Amino acid sequence: MKKSGIVAGIVVALLAAGGAAAFAIAWRPAIAAIEPADRQSFSPDLVKRGRELAAIGNCSDCHTVRGGKNFAGGLPVPTPFGVVFSSNITPDPETGIGRWSEEAFRRAMRSGVNRQGQHLYPTFPYDHFTNVSDEDDRALYAFLMTREPVHAPKPENQLSFPLDQRVVVAGWKLLFLRRETYQPDASKSAEWNRGAYLVEGLAHCGACHTPRNALGAERATASFAGGDVDNWQAYPINAQSPAPVPWDADALFAYLRHGVHPDHGTARGPMAEVVSNLSSVPESDVRAIATYMADVFGSPSPERKLRGEAAQAQAKANPQPASDAASGKNATGAAIYAAACASCHESGRQPPYGGINLALSTAVASPDPRNLANIVLSGVRPVEGERSPIMPGFAASMNDEQIAAVLNYLRGRFSEQPPWSDLEKIVADARRSQTAFLQTSARARNAPADPAQRDKP
Amino acid sequence: MMTLKVNGQDHQIEAEPDTPLLYVLRDDLKLNAAKFGCGLGQCGSCTVMVDGKAVLSCVTPMVLLEGKQVTTLEGLGTISEPAPIQRAFMEEQSAQCGYCIAGMMMRAQALLLRNPKPTDEQIRAEFAPHLCRCGTHMRILRAVHRASRLMDTADASSSTRRSAQ
Amino acid sequence: MNAPVILDRRHVLKGSGALIVSFSLSRAFAEEQATPALSPKPPGSLATSPYLDSWIRIDADGAITVFTGKAELGQGFKTAFQQIAAEELDVPFHVLKVVTADTKLTANEGYTAGSHSTQDSGTAIQNAAAQARALLLAEAARRLDVPAETLKTEDAAVISPNGRRLTYGELVAADMLHVQAQPKSSLKDPASFKIMGQSVPRVDIPAKVTGGVAYVQDLRLPDMVHARVVRPPSYGAQLVECDSSAVEKMPGVVKVVRDGNFLAVVAEKEFAAVKAMNALTVAAKWKETARLPKQDDLLAVLTSGLASHDSVIFERKDPLVTGAKTIEATYTRPYQSHGSVGPSCAVAQFSDDTVTVWTHTQGVYPDRQAIAEMLRMPPANVRCIHVEGSGCYGHNGADDAAADAALIARALPGRPVKVQWMREQEHGWEPFGPAMVTKLKASLGDDGKIADWNFEVWSNTHSMRPGGAGCLLAAQHIEQPFAVPPAKPLPLPEGGGDRNAIPIYTFRNAHVVHHFLPDMPLRISAMRSLGAYHNVFSIESFMDELAALAGADPVEFRLNHLEDSRGREVIQKAAEGFGWRKGQKAPEDRGFGFAFARYKNLAAYCAIASEVEVNRETGRARLVRAVAAVDSGQVVNPDGLTNQIEGAIVQSTSWTLYESVTFDDTRITSIDWQTYPILRFDAVPERIDVHIINRPGKPFLGSGETGQGPAAASIANAIFAATGKRLRDLPLTRKRIKDAIDA
Repeated sequence: MKKSGIVAGIVVALLAAGGAAAFAIAWRPAIAAIEPADRQSFSPDLVKRGRELAAIGNCSDCHTVRGGKNFAGGLPVPTPFGVVFSSNITPDPETGIGRWSEEAFRRAMRSGVNRQGQHLYPTFPYDHFTNVSDEDDRALYAFLMTREPVHAPKPENQLSFPLDQRVVVAGWKLLFLRRETYQPDASKSAEWNRGAYLVEGLAHCGACHTPRNALGAERATASFAGGDVDNWQAYPINAQSPAPVPWDADALFAYLRHGVHPDHGTARGPMAEVVSNLSSVPESDVRAIATYMADVFGSPSPERKLRGEAAQAQAKANPQPASDAASGKNATGAAIYAAACASCHESGRQPPYGGINLALSTAVASPDPRNLANIVLSGVRPVEGERSPIMPGFAASMNDEQIAAVLNYLRGRFSEQPPWSDLEKIVADARRSQTAFLQTSARARNAPADPAQRDKP
Repeated sequence: MMTLKVNGQDHQIEAEPDTPLLYVLRDDLKLNAAKFGCGLGQCGSCTVMVDGKAVLSCVTPMVLLEGKQVTTLEGLGTISEPAPIQRAFMEEQSAQCGYCIAGMMMRAQALLLRNPKPTDEQIRAEFAPHLCRCGTHMRILRAVHRASRLMDTADASSSTRRSAQ
Repeated sequence: MNAPVILDRRHVLKGSGALIVSFSLSRAFAEEQATPALSPKPPGSLATSPYLDSWIRIDADGAITVFTGKAELGQGFKTAFQQIAAEELDVPFHVLKVVTADTKLTANEGYTAGSHSTQDSGTAIQNAAAQARALLLAEAARRLDVPAETLKTEDAAVISPNGRRLTYGELVAADMLHVQAQPKSSLKDPASFKIMGQSVPRVDIPAKVTGGVAYVQDLRLPDMVHARVVRPPSYGAQLVECDSSAVEKMPGVVKVVRDGNFLAVVAEKEFAAVKAMNALTVAAKWKETARLPKQDDLLAVLTSGLASHDSVIFERKDPLVTGAKTIEATYTRPYQSHGSVGPSCAVAQFSDDTVTVWTHTQGVYPDRQAIAEMLRMPPANVRCIHVEGSGCYGHNGADDAAADAALIARALPGRPVKVQWMREQEHGWEPFGPAMVTKLKASLGDDGKIADWNFEVWSNTHSMRPGGAGCLLAAQHIEQPFAVPPAKPLPLPEGGGDRNAIPIYTFRNAHVVHHFLPDMPLRISAMRSLGAYHNVFSIESFMDELAALAGADPVEFRLNHLEDSRGREVIQKAAEGFGWRKGQKAPEDRGFGFAFARYKNLAAYCAIASEVEVNRETGRARLVRAVAAVDSGQVVNPDGLTNQIEGAIVQSTSWTLYESVTFDDTRITSIDWQTYPILRFDAVPERIDVHIINRPGKPFLGSGETGQGPAAASIANAIFAATGKRLRDLPLTRKRIKDAIDA
């Protein structure tokens, strides 16, 4: 998407709104700075609720950088428009939000405006947080104001003119910020409604899982139809889900809460941090999210159900059905799979400590091979001191051609889907961007584990 | 039958394509440095270099190695003519039982070839795949820094100091 | 046997090659040299192996060999002993050769364990070398017809005042060293030490960093085959069916060995053995029984679920002193794993009616005894030779691998058989460090000092060795099995579960009880420092709790209760090295902690001060830096000692923050590094400083296990300082810390 096109779009939006109205939208008053709040003034229950909400909101994922202090910001978020750094949301008076009143905080969540009146870039997903209730904002405020203040100035965003002028965001908001996208639905259960409130709001699932338009806004007609995070695909989590076994509420709950499900695999990559946070919130909230999302996935068609059962049957078969390895094109891939992958992925040991049977892998079934390429390249790293899966990465021992061969083989043997194309280029790109992701992202602090063992030391 | 290049020499290896490199090195070529620690890619004791990059030889099957150069610790130097990395580990006395050390050294060597002056942070990140149960980590870090300095100096190849026995 | 040696014995033969002949005769049955000495006993292991030539051999060609019944485990003993002998014999370091534990060649020194090696073997070598030197001087004096006092020794030779030089090789004669040691030796003055006390580089490291043969895993004997065992999936599982016909036909497979529940496969090539093992594992069908206790209920299991034999092991009463404020606390430790990085391995070869086993067992003699019993052979027909393995940290799978190899080798007479355990087997079958519970209760008097002290510890034995064949897995699994012998407590003063249970501090009233638990639901045995790790963790955590109650500085509080002057010095040294200040304040989110112990109250002293950072959002604890002080008596190799203490701190950090064995009702489930995580580089501290207090001339004090207990308590105390929360259940995981902070 060319910059000139974006600029044109914004200008048009501003003009369309009319001069005065545009001014009214673009300019926001500063809210008076306050003395940093006394930590004791917040009730422990409120802070506790705020902690849970912050976990649902996955705040730490963007606002904590590896090697940095909690919530002190500084994470570079690559967007098609440049790099935006996350801000310091500790109660530091100078570099954090220590001088923000609760009203200022609520305005930021509701409308994407900071205390000083500047528009925030929608990398901060206030298009979702606008749905968070006043009560929850209050709890979040209490939680953040009782964190440890960290003096950490935010690095300058790397955006070029005119995108570095925040007023431009006003136009974006005019076009795309819709208040209260979440409305309770009386025909649905309380649990569903709670899930909807959380998903559309704090949990901001669509921020990753919904495709965006040229101006970087979520496409309203394509909710949950899949998106990108760095060079990972955030799978469609609606009826277009490519998962071999259709998701249901129980599977979603297990996956979100414990980070693993035998029919779907282990949550790693950018999802690891999300799951790590959800492991610490009330179960009922995770159940609610699972219930709502199960509805978003929708009931699978009978044909899809049958395909899912076939995949499960293939995974259970012992010994595994023979492959058509003899055919020349796939011979290398077959040999590599047999030698490097089968010992873990056909061991019969369940995820998370055994490799998932690839007949069940969404990464293999997805139209987009990037996630699979990423995993094969870098493997799965252990979480410090926690029981967690370890998969070796093959970036150093396999070249692009070899990885493409094995990806081709997996696609052919373990899915009914058409072959991928351009694999070697995709692998080469993945190799480059993996290195960047692995070096900057804050790592998951918890780990998926066998649910029976989760609470054990 | 396939040709495997190890430490600059070609070897004719008769092994199934799914044989992990580790077994070929130890069982066929009688090389000792790369060790069996887990066979699962979890501990790093088996680390060698393939085309200059550190790999876990226990999960690197022969089928991947056609035309590639394998380097093991034996290929870096000897007791009488140690490579800088070997000198560094001897000078820092960076070992207790020593079982993990060969793997550590190969990882270090691959790192230093890519990044001759790594920071502590970078070394720690690079060594994430490696376990040392004796707790020799502090010395290993010091040895990597020392090797970096040795590789820097002009006479890095001379071995007149206390490293030789 | 021989009368006590007189230094001017007349009937020494003139120097010739005769020594080698008579030597080899006496070498052949080295064990027979282990005639207990006459009283008073010579020092160290000389008491049980008093003949000097059990320790030192000098050949006519000048070659000098030092023998030790101990094994190099990676602690640097070979080097240290070489230093000791070189010093006392006045021989250049590199001229000596050290031969370690071998039932055919070396004295029986039991196990290389308990931090005894320098104390026992080092002392024996030191004295044997000194006495050998005296004998050589006496012989030279006789030949040169000058008084011995006018002669000096240097560079493996005796030098006369007029420059005449007689090498040791020339001087030595048959049986010269085949004499019993005197109770006292004329040892060198520490002030004159040239090699002892120096950081001589380790003799084993060069091979290890250049791919030389260094480990039992590197042994390659002619005609050797590779074996893999298929272990049962759980304790007590029975092999009900195994059709191995397909496996026997796999390429390269030589044999499938089945004897009751013992199942193994042998192949020409190593990977073929692995593949055959995988196939055999699928073919084997087992009947299992659910018999393991509840993993998260160990406190109840240990304190009320298992029968115990209770004994008061220490009592002190002063009725005039009573306490005003009382606190109590319970501390727990789970089962923990040795976690040797290299799974156990052994090579065995039958030849006629004898078998040789190359093994990294800590005790070649007891292992020989057990293997002989298992094979129903005379022990004299079994030879066990120690070859290094990876660090064992106690009783890991080494002895069992040796038994496996011997059993399989018997099925293939003449061919050397190498058995290599797999990672899952080492994790699943090694004998663990036992779970433990301690309950402490103490009162402070009005003077702010501890008025009374109560300590109770519940624990299994911490050693199932020696125990004969019944302690070997293979012997337990074969068709005619050997029963696991009844567990016995290790006697005090060393103790097992009660090691370091008796406080070194002086308490006016004290009562220490050992609840010995003979039943072992999980397989257990000795793991580095035995009960001391948990007992010191408990005592030193509780001392901090009492110090807080008294409003006292933790270091000062300890000094107020400690009379042992060397202990006091070690505490002061660590505190000073750390920069410990009364009323100090750590940086935000960090805490300082202190701990001290004397291992077994007999061995080395160690105090550790640490700085720990706790992330309040995640509960993650990180050791930032540690400062240790250690007093190990006469230091042989300062760098070696530093290496051991650094290692102890890092290892204990891993145990303390992360480690616990997991199991369900049937199986051990922590079977690899995914499920039993240990410390990786991202948790290594920024700095460890070790301050050594050298005590020239004082007895050697074992230091291999002195750091673990203090490191654990130091970290727990630092976490308390950082968070205000006291954690008493090991390991101090992220979740536990976070829950404590959030509570």
